[in-house]
Amino acid sequence: MSDAPLILTERMDAHPADSHTMERYEATGGYEALRRGLEMAPEEVAAIVKASNIRGRGGAGFPTGVKWGFLPQAMRPRYLVINGDESEPGTFKDRQLLERDPHQLVEGIILSSYALDVHHAFVYIRGEYPRPARRVQHAIDEAYAKGYLGSDILSSGFDLEVTVHLGAGAYICGEETALLNSLEGRRGEPRIKPPFPAVEGLYGKPTIVNNVETISNVPWMVLNGGEAYATIGPETSAGTRLFSLSGHVAKPGNYEIVMGMSWRELFYDLAGGIPADRAIKCWIPGGASAPWFVPDEHLDLPVTIDDTGRHGSMLGSGAVVVMDEMTNVVAAAHRVVKFFAHESCGQCTPCREGTTWLERMLWRILNGEGRLMDLDLLLDVCDNISPGLRWPPAQTTICPLGPSAVSPIRSIMTYFRDEVEAMIVSAGSRDDLEEAPVG
Amino acid sequence: MTERTVDQIVPGWTAPNRERAATLLAAYPERRSAVMPLLYLASLEHGYVSDDAQREVADLTGLTSAQVQSVASFYTMYKRDPVGRYLVSVCTSISCYLLGADDVLDAVEEATGIPDGESSEDGLFSVEHVECIGACGGAPAVQVNYELVEGVEPDKAILMCNWLRTARPEVVSSDEMQSLFGGQRSFDWGPAEQEGAVAAVPAFGPYGSAGEA
Repeated sequence: MSDAPLILTERMDAHPADSHTMERYEATGGYEALRRGLEMAPEEVAAIVKASNIRGRGGAGFPTGVKWGFLPQAMRPRYLVINGDESEPGTFKDRQLLERDPHQLVEGIILSSYALDVHHAFVYIRGEYPRPARRVQHAIDEAYAKGYLGSDILSSGFDLEVTVHLGAGAYICGEETALLNSLEGRRGEPRIKPPFPAVEGLYGKPTIVNNVETISNVPWMVLNGGEAYATIGPETSAGTRLFSLSGHVAKPGNYEIVMGMSWRELFYDLAGGIPADRAIKCWIPGGASAPWFVPDEHLDLPVTIDDTGRHGSMLGSGAVVVMDEMTNVVAAAHRVVKFFAHESCGQCTPCREGTTWLERMLWRILNGEGRLMDLDLLLDVCDNISPGLRWPPAQTTICPLGPSAVSPIRSIMTYFRDEVEAMIVSAGSRDDLEEAPVG
Repeated sequence: MTERTVDQIVPGWTAPNRERAATLLAAYPERRSAVMPLLYLASLEHGYVSDDAQREVADLTGLTSAQVQSVASFYTMYKRDPVGRYLVSVCTSISCYLLGADDVLDAVEEATGIPDGESSEDGLFSVEHVECIGACGGAPAVQVNYELVEGVEPDKAILMCNWLRTARPEVVSSDEMQSLFGGQRSFDWGPAEQEGAVAAVPAFGPYGSAGEA
């Protein structure tokens, strides 16, 4: 896409050998935004981010400027926490930003902290990302040495400390309140909201939790203006965005695109089509939590937050997983459900028990022990986790992890029910069994 | 009651690790926040998160052992049993699954001679399947001591395990393994790094777990 401006990946594209270094960052205009930002009033920097209309890139898509506006006026200290716990199956975009352009994030953190009157920021990076963590820590060390971090930054009177914190293998810590518990040295269990973190977050203090990609955009916004960012792409999906493409595509990888192109263009023009010229059977449009799309209904839809939402799914974390015509969709759904069963924190019964039962039922269907009644039983368990099975999902749980496990099951029941039935029937339906064996 | 120093609480730890512990405890507004990094440090000291390790972290942070245990047991990367010198983690989540991850896991089990979730008697290997490790564009992906290798086909996975057994690298390097056994990557990694993992703990300077490769 030659007409698309690159914001996040321009430097790493142009300078693959050293885009992560201070030397290259400064040589390509790095920390210029910080100098400019520190000459403005903090409220002006916040206003730029608000005007950009950027929606959070972590998954929920909540407008960042609005989130920032929820901070109570008087309470101090405030904290900024960067969510680098990227763990949604299919997602690997933040990893690239952390590894290949860590200074872009660090500059975004300093500007955002200045805007929000934060003096201690944290970068929470998943434990399985040691290389990204090393790169960010190194960038932070360089920034301290250059006077971009620490006390009286660039003689502005503004002080900021940044601490990198590693997770230890828990997807749920990507949920912002679970992340805060983890950062406090507790089990990564989500908190009941409200209160929201902006009011009562880290150590009970007002806290903003933003995704790596979201904050990596801030230097560009300060240099070019929030309005300039807002004019890129469709009105309610402003800006460029990193999509992680994986599965059965010829050229998997991260693609920075302006939203609004069609899924067909994304798969066939950008990602090189499907290997062996196979047909697409279905795809996950926004991470493992998202209901699946199928070519007949969705291939020519524009890739925007709103269009995807209107058709019963979400762009989520920007992870697109493509499955070709040879894919066993029951096995694929089982793999996704198994993930959520493993990652359930166990606080809420519908999620803890439900995801486990869903996984076991899919497993026994896969192993020839399925019963036709399992089709309705699966949906019944789903309904107990997410009543009404509607979109966006309702939930009987504290956080959306449980309803996420419902997505793949609803998807195969909607688009491939005959295939699931055929699998059960061809193995010999076990409706004769009083109690089916559980694998 | 005067507060005990790190040196008094964990006199058996190496001097650099005692220094790191003091730095980590001072890095957060509240001491409790240092629990997770300290559990990594304690893993290095003990080889895993033993009962002693949990008690030490409790003493360092002012928590009870039960509180530390509740944290340690929540996260999969805190190993509460002795773990092999090389922890081989095979991603079997959706994107890796679609590109043959189950065959990679089979290959690793065959090459190491141990099943998923267990460790070899000689202490050389532990094998586990893991959920998504953020390498979906370079599927199927494997980590050794959390150092990543992307695009690992089953035959290369066998070669990799054999290489670990014979070469026995002191420091496990992502770049070295990728050049020897890797394939398709999620993105251009850029220049090779000098740091790698000295144990089955994420290689990170402040935690003392990164070595010069």
